[in-house]
Amino acid sequence: MSLRGKRILIAKPGLDGHDVGAKVIALALRDAGADVIYTGLRKTPDFIARVAVDEDVDAVGLSLLSGSHEELVRQTVDCLRARHASDIKLFVGGTIPDADHAALRALGVDGIFTAQMELKDVIAIIAGELG
Amino acid sequence: MTNARSAPKARLSATSPSGIEIPIVATAAMASGDGTMPGEAPFTRGIFEDGYRGKLWTIRQYSGFGTAEDTNQRYKFLIDGGQTGLSVALDLPTQCGYDPTDPMAGPEVGKVGVSLSTLAEAEILFRGIDVGAISTSFTINGTAAIIYAMYCAIADKQGVARAKLTGTIQNDILKEYVARGTWIFPVRPSMRLIADTILFSNEETPRFNPISIAGAHVRDAGATAVEEMGYTLANGLAYVDELLRRGGDASKFARRLSFFFYVHMDFFEEVCKFRAGRRLWAKLLEERFGITDPNARRFRFGVVCGGSSLTAAQPYNNVVRVGTETMAAVMAGAQSIFTCAYDEAFQIPTEFSAELALRTQQIIAFESGIARTVDPLGGSHFVEWLTDRMESEIRAVIEEIDAYGGVIPAIEDGILQMRIAKRAHERKQDVDDGSTVIVGQNYFRRDNQTDDFGEVFQVDPQAAQKVRVKFEAVLAQRDDAAVQRSLAALETAAAGEDENLMPRLIECCHAYATVGEMVQALKRCWGEFQEPMRL
Repeated sequence: MSLRGKRILIAKPGLDGHDVGAKVIALALRDAGADVIYTGLRKTPDFIARVAVDEDVDAVGLSLLSGSHEELVRQTVDCLRARHASDIKLFVGGTIPDADHAALRALGVDGIFTAQMELKDVIAIIAGELG
Repeated sequence: MTNARSAPKARLSATSPSGIEIPIVATAAMASGDGTMPGEAPFTRGIFEDGYRGKLWTIRQYSGFGTAEDTNQRYKFLIDGGQTGLSVALDLPTQCGYDPTDPMAGPEVGKVGVSLSTLAEAEILFRGIDVGAISTSFTINGTAAIIYAMYCAIADKQGVARAKLTGTIQNDILKEYVARGTWIFPVRPSMRLIADTILFSNEETPRFNPISIAGAHVRDAGATAVEEMGYTLANGLAYVDELLRRGGDASKFARRLSFFFYVHMDFFEEVCKFRAGRRLWAKLLEERFGITDPNARRFRFGVVCGGSSLTAAQPYNNVVRVGTETMAAVMAGAQSIFTCAYDEAFQIPTEFSAELALRTQQIIAFESGIARTVDPLGGSHFVEWLTDRMESEIRAVIEEIDAYGGVIPAIEDGILQMRIAKRAHERKQDVDDGSTVIVGQNYFRRDNQTDDFGEVFQVDPQAAQKVRVKFEAVLAQRDDAAVQRSLAALETAAAGEDENLMPRLIECCHAYATVGEMVQALKRCWGEFQEPMRL
C-alpha cells in the first residue's frame, strides 16, 4: 500500500508525554512512502492546525493516551475549521475506549487506531481515506 | 481483530526478547558464577545476607486520581488492605508544572493522577496519614524538587522531624527526555536541580531516596531488557558525575541512589537482568570512581509489572502475567514492588482490580514460600550463564554511550530517542508478523471475541472543577507579599550557580506558592528544553 506523494502530520496534543506510538506510526507511514512531519510533545490544538495548514498536509494523526481525547479532538476540529481546513483528514490513535468511538466519529474523525491493530491495516485505512 | 491465529501454531523462539540465543541446556562448564554470597560485593545474589527474612519488600500500589480527597480515600483503602507504602500518581499538569487553571492544563486536571498544585492539596492528601510512619513514593520528575519540598513542608506541618521521612521521589529527568516526556527545563539546569535534591536530602532526610533512576519508562517505550538496564546504569553514572562535580561525598550520596525497573514476561531474562545489573553497578562505581565502600555500591531497586506487557485483548489474562512478573521480581530480590491491576494499562483501577493486584503480591509473599531463600535460582547453570551474558551485553550498551560522549549529548542530539523509537517499531513488526506471541491478542483468539474489563472506573467528572475552585480559594486566602518574597528569593538563587535551591522551594511551599509559579520562576532563569526532532 503506497502513500507516495501524501503529506501527513503526526501530532501530540495536550500534556501526555508518551510518544512511542506516534513515532512508530510516523516510521510506518514513512516506510509506506508518505512525507511525515512530527510536531513533538505538548502542542496546542491551535498550533497543530496552524502547522497542518502551513505545511499543506493531507491528513493529521493525533496520538492521545491520557483519556482527554474527546476534548482535545473537539478543539482540534474547531481550530481546523477556523482555518478553513476541514478537508484535511483526521485520524486518532492511542488509548481510546470502544465506547468513545461513535462520539469521535461524530466530531469528524476519519479513523481510530489502537495499539492492537497491525500497522499494515492502519496504513491501508489511511491510504483508503486519502484515495 | 484482523490477525487472529486461532489455530495453535505458536512456536517457541530460540532467542530471548533481548536477542540472546538461548541454549537448550546449560552446563556447569558454561556457568562461571562469581562465587559470591548474598550481602557480599558485588551483590550478584542480593544486597542483604538474609534477604526478605530480614525485611520483606515494600508493597506499594501506584495510585492517585481526581481530587486530593478522592485519592486520600483510596490510600486508606489500600493501607487497610495491608499495603505497606504509598505510591503517589500525579496528574499531568502537576508533572509538567502547570497550575490547574492554566490553559495548557486543559482537560488533564486529575485525569491520570491526583492534582497537587499547592501545599493545601498535599495537606488534604496526607490527612490522617502519619508521614513519619509510612514510606511514600512519588512518580515525579520535572517538578520532583518541588514535590519533595512539599513533602518536607508536610512533615513540618504534621510536626514530624524531616529526618524521619522515608520514601522516594523518582526525580530521574534523563529518562524523561528519552522516553516519558514530562521534562520542563533543559538538561543541564535539570541536572543541577537533581544534585540539589540529593545533596539536601543527604543532610536533611537521610532515610529518604532522593532519586529513583528509572529504566522502566525506557523499556515501555521499546527498549529491550538489556538496553533498559544499560541506559539506566549510564544515567546513574551521569548523576554520579554531576554529584562529584558539585563536591558531594560519594560514600554518602551513592548509598541513597535507588533504581526502578519494569519486569516483563520473559522470566529468566528478567531475573538475570537484575542479577547482572546489581553486579555491574557495584563494579562500575569502583572502576570509574574508585568507590570501594560496599554499602555505597548496593544496587537497591523497585519494580513494577510491565504496563506494555499487559493487553487490552482478554484483560483477565493480565492477572496471570502480573503473577508471573511478580515471581520474577521476588526471585531477583527487588526492594519494592507494585503490581499492575489487570485493567491498569487502559483505565484507573477499580477498588476490585486494585485489591486483586495487592493480594497477588501478598499471596506470593506469604503463601508461595519463594521469599524464604535469598536468590533461590542462584547456582543454576542456566541462570549463572545468562547473568554473565547479560552483564557483558549491558556493558556494551554503556560503552556505546561512552563513545558518544555520555548520555547528555546523546539526549541533546536525539540519538537515544531515535534509537528507542526504531526499537519500538521493530517490536511492533514482530508482533504483527507473529514472531512474538501474545496470547489472546495475536494468537489463540476466538473469532468475534469481545474484551470485557468488568466494572469501568470513572474519575468523578466534577473533579477538575472541584480542584479549580479549591485552587482559587487558596490564592484568595494566602499572604501575597510572602508568596512574592519567596518566589523572588527562589529566582535569585536559581539565577546564580552555587546555592542549593531546596530551602528556597520549601519556603515557597510554606507560603502556598503554586507549582506553576515556582516553575515559571525557574523557567525565567533557565528556559525550556527544546526537543530534538529526529526520526
